[in-house]
Amino acid sequence: MALNKEQIAKRIAQELKDGFYVNLGIGIPTLVANYIPEGVDVVLQSENGLLGMGPFPFEGEEDADLINAGKQTITTIPGSAFFDSAMSFGMIRAGKVDLTVLGAMEVADNGDIANWKIPKKMVKGMGGAMDLVAAAKNIIVAMQHTNPKGESKLLPACTLPLTGVGCVKKIVSDLGVFDVTPDGFVCIEYAPGVTIEEIKAKTAGRLTIAPDVKEIAV
Amino acid sequence: MNKVVADADEAVKDIPSGATIMLGGFGLCGIPENCIAALVKKGINNLTCISNNAGVDGFGIGLLLESKQVKKMISSYVGENAEFERQLLSGELEVELVPQGTLATRCMATGYGMPAVYLLAGYGTEVAEGKEVRNFNGKNYLLEYAFDSDFAIVKAWKGDRTGNLIFRDTARNFNPMMAMAGKITIAEVEELVEPGELDPNNIHVPGIYVHRIFEGKNYEKRIEQRTTRRK
Repeated sequence: MALNKEQIAKRIAQELKDGFYVNLGIGIPTLVANYIPEGVDVVLQSENGLLGMGPFPFEGEEDADLINAGKQTITTIPGSAFFDSAMSFGMIRAGKVDLTVLGAMEVADNGDIANWKIPKKMVKGMGGAMDLVAAAKNIIVAMQHTNPKGESKLLPACTLPLTGVGCVKKIVSDLGVFDVTPDGFVCIEYAPGVTIEEIKAKTAGRLTIAPDVKEIAV
Repeated sequence: MNKVVADADEAVKDIPSGATIMLGGFGLCGIPENCIAALVKKGINNLTCISNNAGVDGFGIGLLLESKQVKKMISSYVGENAEFERQLLSGELEVELVPQGTLATRCMATGYGMPAVYLLAGYGTEVAEGKEVRNFNGKNYLLEYAFDSDFAIVKAWKGDRTGNLIFRDTARNFNPMMAMAGKITIAEVEELVEPGELDPNNIHVPGIYVHRIFEGKNYEKRIEQRTTRRK
């Protein structure tokens, strides 16, 4: 069975290391916060101006002045800090954020990513995505392996307008885990019940299978 | 030093049609509600608005869009507004999309007196079209210019008569650097106090950047995504 969204998030959470400052994008990446491993202390950065993002508030305790980058009401935790948008992107640009997790419409086998615009269809803007992908030391993409038509989203080259070039380091899709290397996508893990043949058939970009490929443990 | 004006109407009274205005806020968080209402009432048009977002239908900058007062939006994310999308697709509205960090830093550059900065975001994308590229230490950067804005309108939590401002929680967002970037900066605050009542250690924007200040009324502080957990 291919992974569901929660399982994708759970697998990505295994990449978190103690002491990491992490920016989680909207969608599946947000779910990663629910699966931070025991004993791993990470600080979540929200690019609208908060380090130390806590869980959603209890009903009745929502505060309009305290939201995350997805405009959801949130809370602080002991040790939180607020700052303005220039400083927020300053710390991102300066490489202080250890890991960025975000979604994508397409990823190319050279690490290019497209996730902000479908010409003539969706023109909502890039928000902070271009800043994050340009600067983050490590970028993991959470995505479905294929689009609703069944076409691969892991491509030889992106067809949609780019968000950033050569920046994606790892992809966790519903079918597997892939490193993005100079040789293209390298499948290092496959989802339970998913065959290598299926992964090959659904990956349009250059793909190699790691010799020690194994089943994802989630 | 007394920069206090009576209300939002007085604060925006000399903003002409065709002006470029920065408006603070992230989504609906920390937006200058009183001044937006006053601009709608005043009815000026052909405005260029620099703001991270464009409000929602019926609130925030969405109100200025509905009354067709905006000629151009310079924003990073505008996805919450059906009227915006309609005007954009019909060609009534001009839009310049700017990466969020670049938007913030271009505001900051203005307030710091820097004409331009080199920034990473958008290299190799359509955002880079026509921009000077320079390589520093093996990485390519785009030359991005400071903004030239006639007015900046911001919302703060507390302010004093001399224009010193303090923001609250994530309602800070774009407000400080926009406050620093306006040729004329208008601050509306939830609580206006006397000089000396704010701790000088805790001032986020010193009053030198602020020209007009007033205590706003009837803040609605609408929440876009009310997310909660159960006790």
